[in-house]
Amino acid sequence: MNTLGFPLLSLITFLPLAGALIIASVRGDEETVARNARWTALWTSGIVLLLSLILWFRFDRTTAEFQFVEQAAWLGEWGIGYHMGVDGLSVLFVLLSTVLTPICVVASWESVTSRVREYMIAFLVLETMMVGMFCALDFVVFYIFFEGVLIPMFLIIGVWGGPRRVYAAFKFFLYTLLGSVLMLLALIWLYLDAGTTDIPTLIAHRVAPAAQFWLFIAFFASFAVKVPMWPLHTWLPDAHVEAPTAGSVILAGVLLKMGGYGFLRFSLPMLPDASEQLAPFIFALSIVAIIYTSLVALAQTDVKKLIAYSSVAHMGIVTLGLFTLNTQGIEGAIFQMLSHGVVSGALFLVVGVIYDRMHTREIAAYGGLVHRMPRYALLFMLFTMASVGLPGTSGFVGEFLAIVGAWQVNRMLALLAATGMVLGAAYMLWLYRRVIFGQLTKPELKGLFDLSPREAAVFAPLALLTLWMGIYPSSFSGFYGASVANLIAQHQAAVQATRQLAGL
Amino acid sequence: MIEVGSVFFPLLGALIAGFLGRAIGDRGAQIATVGCMVLASICGVWLFFDVAFSGNARTVELGTWIASGTLEASWALRFDTLSAVMVGMVTVISTLIHLYSVGYMSHDSSIPRFMAYLSLFTFAMLMLVTADNLVQLFFGWEGVGLCSYLLIGFWYDRESANAAAIKAFLVNRVGDIGFALGIAGVYMLTDSVAFDAIFAALPRLTGETIRFAGMTLNAIELCGVLLFIGAMGKSAQLFLHTWLPDAMEGPTPVSALIHAATMVTAGVFLVARMSPLFELAPFALGMVTVIGASTALFAATIGCVQNDIKRIIAYSTCSQLGYMFFAAGVSAYPAAIFHLFTHAFFKALLFLGAGSVIHAMSDEQDIRKMGGIWRKVPITYAVMWIGSLALAGVPFFAGYYSKDMVLETAWAAGTGVGRYAFICGILAAFLTAFYSWRLIILTFHGEPRADAHTMAHVHESPPVMTVPLILLAVGAVLAGAVFYEPFVGHHFQDFWRAAIRIAPENQAMEAAHDVALWVKLLPVLMGASGIALAYLFYMVFPTVPAQLAERFRGVYLFLLNKWYFDEIYDRLFVRPAMRLGQMLWKGGDGAVIDRFGPDGLAAATQRATRAIVRVQTGLVYHYAFAMLIGIVVLVTLFATGRL
Repeated sequence: MNTLGFPLLSLITFLPLAGALIIASVRGDEETVARNARWTALWTSGIVLLLSLILWFRFDRTTAEFQFVEQAAWLGEWGIGYHMGVDGLSVLFVLLSTVLTPICVVASWESVTSRVREYMIAFLVLETMMVGMFCALDFVVFYIFFEGVLIPMFLIIGVWGGPRRVYAAFKFFLYTLLGSVLMLLALIWLYLDAGTTDIPTLIAHRVAPAAQFWLFIAFFASFAVKVPMWPLHTWLPDAHVEAPTAGSVILAGVLLKMGGYGFLRFSLPMLPDASEQLAPFIFALSIVAIIYTSLVALAQTDVKKLIAYSSVAHMGIVTLGLFTLNTQGIEGAIFQMLSHGVVSGALFLVVGVIYDRMHTREIAAYGGLVHRMPRYALLFMLFTMASVGLPGTSGFVGEFLAIVGAWQVNRMLALLAATGMVLGAAYMLWLYRRVIFGQLTKPELKGLFDLSPREAAVFAPLALLTLWMGIYPSSFSGFYGASVANLIAQHQAAVQATRQLAGL
Repeated sequence: MIEVGSVFFPLLGALIAGFLGRAIGDRGAQIATVGCMVLASICGVWLFFDVAFSGNARTVELGTWIASGTLEASWALRFDTLSAVMVGMVTVISTLIHLYSVGYMSHDSSIPRFMAYLSLFTFAMLMLVTADNLVQLFFGWEGVGLCSYLLIGFWYDRESANAAAIKAFLVNRVGDIGFALGIAGVYMLTDSVAFDAIFAALPRLTGETIRFAGMTLNAIELCGVLLFIGAMGKSAQLFLHTWLPDAMEGPTPVSALIHAATMVTAGVFLVARMSPLFELAPFALGMVTVIGASTALFAATIGCVQNDIKRIIAYSTCSQLGYMFFAAGVSAYPAAIFHLFTHAFFKALLFLGAGSVIHAMSDEQDIRKMGGIWRKVPITYAVMWIGSLALAGVPFFAGYYSKDMVLETAWAAGTGVGRYAFICGILAAFLTAFYSWRLIILTFHGEPRADAHTMAHVHESPPVMTVPLILLAVGAVLAGAVFYEPFVGHHFQDFWRAAIRIAPENQAMEAAHDVALWVKLLPVLMGASGIALAYLFYMVFPTVPAQLAERFRGVYLFLLNKWYFDEIYDRLFVRPAMRLGQMLWKGGDGAVIDRFGPDGLAAATQRATRAIVRVQTGLVYHYAFAMLIGIVVLVTLFATGRL
């Protein structure tokens, strides 16, 4: 099945781990170790990125089948195997992870000065976990990666974070842990029911409608925390505020997508009846997330918290779209996740730039930056507009499609979701005004310098992606079109079957 | 590829000025943007004649934009009569405004940025009018929204400019909710977002209903109303008009571009573009008429008492857009677009003329501090007269033809809402003439009220500003007479062809040519009385207005404060939203979710762990404890038979 002749997915999954080992083996004084760690991390993540681009070029967009599949016996007698592969639903998330990691390495180049070696190791391990999670086609393998992601992220927040890092890391861990345990139970249940943990087999396996409800709740507990959905979101602002910039980028860019991806990979295809039944419940939470967190974002005085809350609102659009269970809704949700990965990542980097200079996240500490930092102001404007969902930027496509999808389910739902268009613009433009516009009166801001070449290099690919995804989104949506169509067809067939069964 | 040129030259100019501005300098940026605009307008005018007059309608496909299932939106440039009229008008007026800006902004510190914004704005508007599907139209729609935000807030040091910019964006966004949902509705109804497919499918779908908020509604009507809500935002109609006067914070050429040629006319354009839909939605059309007519009158009442020269003209724009809407509402789309077309010339002229006055008066905008300058600025004075004559609908200036046509169609429609629109329009015509001459007299005549220093500096603007003014003045004189026959004459259908669809039962356009003589004469008469009253009030008995204001203080304050819309919205929406946000954050997230969620759980776990095992603490232990809970839950479920 693997046409390449070598295990590409395993390579991009475990290469970062090899890089981490190299970094761990470096000896010498602190300066040497730090320099070596930075360069090794950059080279490793760069090579991984290049390798992962093979996926972009060689992925067959016409089929919903899993591709680049690798299988190896592991715990064969128990029906558990090492199984990797990507389809249209996962391939772009792999690319998102491999693109963001080198950007994070470069972004941390100067801002992280203590324990550089450990920091870079943590990031490379994180990359392995993220990529592995999106590639895994065995539930046990998936679970290991899914949980494994938490460890480096926990450390990144707990070690390199701000003053309240321990509280934030703890809260983050506690929330996600609870979900993980329930997901583990669901996993065990599924294994007992189907006799395997192979994901493609599980997708084909019909779970009894009565059991679907409980499995759905168990999955929900895990994925909803990751998304995060209201009211399980309060760990996110704290985690973001305390995390170092690059940690926030990965957290917002990739980790939040794990929840959406989980719904897409497990809940929707494996539990079609429960997904159908519980869709109204998800809609309700999504709408609350959009309106509630947007209003809370309006009240924020901390730049990072504001953007963290905006993430919750944007992910509300994602969960809303996913459970509309129609083409526009699901495609919109996927696109929104990809776009949010790029844009929110970029916004956290935007905050990082001024944080590195002023060491404060208070909005009130800024004002009039456009006078000193015109290029920065331009980039900030671009990402603000993408966050607001201006057509021509990546943010529009997903939001628009999700609203179109929601309309087909329920008009009121679409109307409520669309209020996010106004509220989102309100908090972002107001933030922009307070930070960038106005007169430059604060004396400590007068010495600020504009983006350095290194910072510009960090933003360039993200700005490019934002515009590319906005102007020519079909180059991305082509990847998942077939998979989404397949998912919906399967879903409808399953729901139909249940109805007929009930009718008998 | 003349079609591509007409739309993309402005973008090229914007990119050059925006990104190479520092390298090529102010002069370079001006040359690049004006040069690109000249090229675009050559293409645009050529297309105007080729498409509208020679009938060579065509669509240029540029590529796929969004594709999701059957929802396919492409990047395409559609040229039919409607878009060709808009492209021709927008490129020409925008070129003149660019040229004028070279002079007006010559003392500004960021010229390249300004020129880039202007060009980008023009590009967005052109994308809007040449869209061949609703989504690209939305792209242009939001694009002009962004550019107006940037331009209104161009002087970003001013608090008021920033506030106005945000307000403009947000109020527009409120309308955009309607637009976005309208697109969703049209897509669900017709399974397409492309105009041709939508228009082909609609006649089959007249009986379709849709559930909305517990009601069963006619689907086409609902789509029409939603799209019109979008149009209300962009075109500053009643209830969503509050951003427009504040938008005067931007530099004057911006006001001319936003309030004359582009942006605000987009709503009228949308209704005309979607005429096949609105023709099947009589209720939505009625709403268009009533809102349009009410806005025409409402804005005119406010215009009579304002003192800022630009705000007066802004309210007149609001009012004139109302005229366009009620014309569209009685199915006289050609009349609406005709008024849009002539209005673009004389309103751009008035704004740029006002800019010239402000320029002469050392940035003074309050007409109470002007007066007695007409001899010093003869060209400006002359063009302001021409613009006002056209605005007031005095024969045979441009506005006379279009405004009369609009009012005649309203009367000829013969419906209740049509009559209402006619009455509002007639009253507004009187007020329009009144406030226009109030403006002229207070600005140019009487005793100088400015200080001696300002008066000493009053001077006529340089040729780079006066030449565009003169060209626009020519348009304001001739645009009506020249284009009356093709746009709204007896054979108007040969001109508009397939671009506008009017249902056979809606006869306002035809009937308008045969209305009674008094209907044709009344608007002119009202205009003349308005001028006469202004002359009496401000030239002959200058003490009367103040006495009236004193006598009817309540009414005066009500009008001066713009019917208190801003205050009401602030109380109703802005402050509650902020308070609610604060409450949900501290109360919802902090006091409820965290307290009973993680913090509570953490505290409880700690207590529990201390109680059970005294030595062990730490995360591993918590992990085990949570697993324990999980197993308990599992066992319970097994026991109760749910699994």
